[in-house]
Amino acid sequence: MGKGVAITGMGIISAIGNNVEENYNSLISSNKGISRISKIDTIHKDDIMVGEISFTNKELEKLLGLSSDNNYSRTALLGLVAAKEAVKEAGILDISEYKTGLISATSVGGMDMTEKFYYDYIESNTNRKYIEGHHAGDSTQKIAEELGIKESLVTTISTACSSAANAIMYGARLIKAGKLDRVVVGGADCLSKFTINGFKTLMILSDTYNTPFDENRKGLNLGEAAAFLVLESDALVAKENKKVLAYVKGYGNANDAYHQTASSENGDGATLAMEKALKVANLQAEDIDYINAHGTATGNNDLSEGRAILRVFKENVPDFSSTKPYTGHTLAAAGGIEAVYSILALQRNIIFPNLNFKTPMKEFAIIPQTELKKKELNTILSNSLGFGGNCSTVIFSKG
Amino acid sequence: MKKVYINGSGTISSQKTFDNSEFLEEVTTYNDTVIPAVNPVYKDFIPGSAARRMAKGVKMGVVASNLAMQEAELESVDAIITGTGMGCVVDSEKFLSKLIDDNEQFLTPTSFIQSTHNTVGGQIALGIQCKGYNFTYVHSSVSFESALLDAQLQLINEEEKNILIGGVDEIGAHTTKVHGLVGHIKEENTETFSVLKSNTSGAVCSEGASFFVLSSEKQESTYAEVVAVQTFNTLSKENLQTTLNSFLMEHGLNVSTIDLIVLGNNGDVDYDQYYNLLVEGAFSEKQQVYYKHLSGEHNTVSSFGFWLGAKILKTQTVPAETRLNQKQINSIKTVLLYNQYRGENHSFTILKQC
Repeated sequence: MGKGVAITGMGIISAIGNNVEENYNSLISSNKGISRISKIDTIHKDDIMVGEISFTNKELEKLLGLSSDNNYSRTALLGLVAAKEAVKEAGILDISEYKTGLISATSVGGMDMTEKFYYDYIESNTNRKYIEGHHAGDSTQKIAEELGIKESLVTTISTACSSAANAIMYGARLIKAGKLDRVVVGGADCLSKFTINGFKTLMILSDTYNTPFDENRKGLNLGEAAAFLVLESDALVAKENKKVLAYVKGYGNANDAYHQTASSENGDGATLAMEKALKVANLQAEDIDYINAHGTATGNNDLSEGRAILRVFKENVPDFSSTKPYTGHTLAAAGGIEAVYSILALQRNIIFPNLNFKTPMKEFAIIPQTELKKKELNTILSNSLGFGGNCSTVIFSKG
Repeated sequence: MKKVYINGSGTISSQKTFDNSEFLEEVTTYNDTVIPAVNPVYKDFIPGSAARRMAKGVKMGVVASNLAMQEAELESVDAIITGTGMGCVVDSEKFLSKLIDDNEQFLTPTSFIQSTHNTVGGQIALGIQCKGYNFTYVHSSVSFESALLDAQLQLINEEEKNILIGGVDEIGAHTTKVHGLVGHIKEENTETFSVLKSNTSGAVCSEGASFFVLSSEKQESTYAEVVAVQTFNTLSKENLQTTLNSFLMEHGLNVSTIDLIVLGNNGDVDYDQYYNLLVEGAFSEKQQVYYKHLSGEHNTVSSFGFWLGAKILKTQTVPAETRLNQKQINSIKTVLLYNQYRGENHSFTILKQC
């Protein structure tokens, strides 16, 4: 596929920073964003740790210049912050000058407001403005409006924890097919009682810092975040003489078809996704310099993903790490967050460490990269694996 | 570049549409604000124990996809792409109300697991052991069309041969209640054949699932060819006709080459003007068909419209109950579908006789 699809902008907000630069600084200084939860009043607050963004909704509304009668969920607020940064960095002044679309991803959508006002909606009309904000497409529709994307292709993907990776994949497909000149792709998810309790019932929430690929891992930390990329066609990049940050070189999605929530023991779906992505990129396994693993630190994910990595890379597993110890697992946004981190890694030739790792897993001999490592990086593979057996891989490259 | 054909379909709706040998021969009429789907015998398709754990949306999706694959004579497909506007609202409501009522205690994972938007796509994959591409689009009234466009791109580029696509949405008691409070659902009971002339705000809310096997090869069971689909997050009334004209032109067509238009009017006095502009304007002399009086409104009900258009092309018959005007032509070759919900998320789709 030649160089791939050009990435010309990126934006992010996560527990380790409110923009790309802040995230980078935290990544290189091993600065974790994991803490006790402060913004949601849950009975589990002393049993879990989360990756929470410090801004309150009010502060985000002010930052974005929204009027007081807005009906933004926290998902929409976070999404807009990140999408605006991405568009700004891509140097887009008039978004309607070219055919521009938006593909976003979310799993909770406006659930944060729904759970707050569930019965209140029926009793009083004070907060009913949020009813329309519940569905998953609402935050996307709002971001499109604020970015000035009109009469265009705007849609939302929800495939649990692989959602944003799939948004990047679909955006790249649309650019390659010539359906759009430019597309903003990514995802957003805020913390909610709904997801906290859901993951709690699955008994996969750690009561301390998450430790991906560690023998004694106790589960994941939930996080909230949003991240977006701007993808542009080769013609547009050439015409506008755009600076290209990196390329979406390959992508693959496959289904484990094993269990509604758990991954298969041998990582069939993840193996297929990585193999497909390498094929689309026209690369061999040995061309991958670093893997940004999904690595949620649940017993099931890390074993399944580790085995899949071994199946694809055999005895030559490249450096790999999970950045979940920094941000927590940001669900539908994770593929976007880790896309930004992969691009930063390519730009600065640096591998971000898998924090909190102590003991190798007994099932296999591979060990994640635990220290910051300077290394010439040309091609990075990023995994996102989710509920419903959904497995996605995106490959990013310098050229 | 390959072409895209509809080789099988399965539709569960507020009408008895799950039997592919029939075509709206017996119409069920309602006088209500919320109308449920007519159930097939689920246990003929799903083992009883599994069916009991599934919410209606999952069951409808599994059965509709089963019917579509049966008709296309396939045991499995290369990819599954689902559209759902609201997702699995029944299990979401179940988990959330218990969470609130019992203050986050005594919760079990089942309804959480089944509340995620990609549950239907995941369950279909699990059932037929399909390890291929599996996406779920969740963007209001273009959720189904997003799935359609994704499948079309993969088929024309020969990435896959057979793709299952579908739209599914289910009624959830709390969701319906609160959407009624903000005027999205009609306040007054409305009789099936009075929906368009109700002159009231909101729509008659419903549920359903329509799944289709799209393939790059034509076969005996083929309904029609999918020529094009395009979606728009916004579209002003002023730009509707010119945008439609450019869409048609891009595919070598114009208004005069369209034989029949399938419209998504739902009787919401605040937003039906979009359809009226076409009905009274450029398409006034064309055969016009509508369906939401029969199917009700939900985020992926345009997949019912897609089924209707495809079935009209295959059978060359237009059910009397769907006729919006008296125009009739002998040979229906090209069908245009237009849908929007509450003035947003518009879509145009073109189907052609094979």
